[in-house]
Amino acid sequence: MSNWLLIMCCGLITFLTRFSMIALLKKEMFNERIREILSFVPSAIFPAIIFPAIFLDNSGDFQLENNPKIMAAIIAMLIGIVSQNIIATIISGLASYWFLIFMV
Amino acid sequence: MENKYRVFLKGIFDVSPLMIPVVPFGLIFGVLSIDIGFSPIETMGMSLIVFGGASQIVLLQLFSGGASSLVIISSVGAVNSRHLLYGAVVSEHLSDLKLIWKIVISYFLVDQAFARSNEYFKKNKDKNKYFHLFGGGITCWVIWQTTTFLGIVLGAFIPEKLGLSFAVPLTFLALLVNDFRKLINVIVIIISGLVATFGFNYVPYKAYVIVAGIIALLTAAILTKLVKNNE
Repeated sequence: MSNWLLIMCCGLITFLTRFSMIALLKKEMFNERIREILSFVPSAIFPAIIFPAIFLDNSGDFQLENNPKIMAAIIAMLIGIVSQNIIATIISGLASYWFLIFMV
Repeated sequence: MENKYRVFLKGIFDVSPLMIPVVPFGLIFGVLSIDIGFSPIETMGMSLIVFGGASQIVLLQLFSGGASSLVIISSVGAVNSRHLLYGAVVSEHLSDLKLIWKIVISYFLVDQAFARSNEYFKKNKDKNKYFHLFGGGITCWVIWQTTTFLGIVLGAFIPEKLGLSFAVPLTFLALLVNDFRKLINVIVIIISGLVATFGFNYVPYKAYVIVAGIIALLTAAILTKLVKNNE
């Protein structure tokens, strides 16, 4: 398969994951219970991206020692809980990460 | 008309802080793609046609590892299957739109825009609210295309030691700040994270994201039911 065909196919399948539910679902299909459960989507999906990126290395092995990402993520989370502010969370996370890898 | 414009700007404004970590992420993608052997045009093509950061990185990883096209395409689909849930969440708010708008908005339905507009939709009822998602999505789009381009051009000058890949989990962490204070959310977060981490090597086609997501969502359904029964 040529690179371009591969890219087109990846683009098409990605678009379909975004479009299909928006196209198929109707307003009448929603009730309070479904809304309540769907409100947990960010909490259910985002950690599945966060945790492996922090605790595993590139080859998928656990990396628990000498891993500044864990400490930086904890600091960012604590700042996030206290401040409820997205910018403060991101900046504290990046700043503590760089502090840990360059200064410590 | 004026109202649409204001909602559009609000979308841009709400998503902007989340663009800080997208910058290094886009740079990494551009650098990596050229490194692996895609041409600059193909690399730009990926960001324009796929427009999905995490799945583009997966595409590169599998491609460089010599995976077959079928494996690459299904893995990209699996990584992006989370958008099915995003679509389900926002569809209710977009159901009155014309088909062409549904197509346009779908193209821009990325994580950051979804997260911020989902919050906005819950609080606002006016009929132009979809312009919030449009504004947020376009903001992500501009940043992603620009940084991909810069990654291609600057490539060799960006030090690997900056550990920019940490920007990815950090973005998603920042998107959960409001949920860390709610007990059920915290349980759901931990379950999703653990399933994904332990399933990472065992679930085929990098589908651990959606597997963890569905298990965590079922947990949320059970817990909210239990809480209600006890009230």
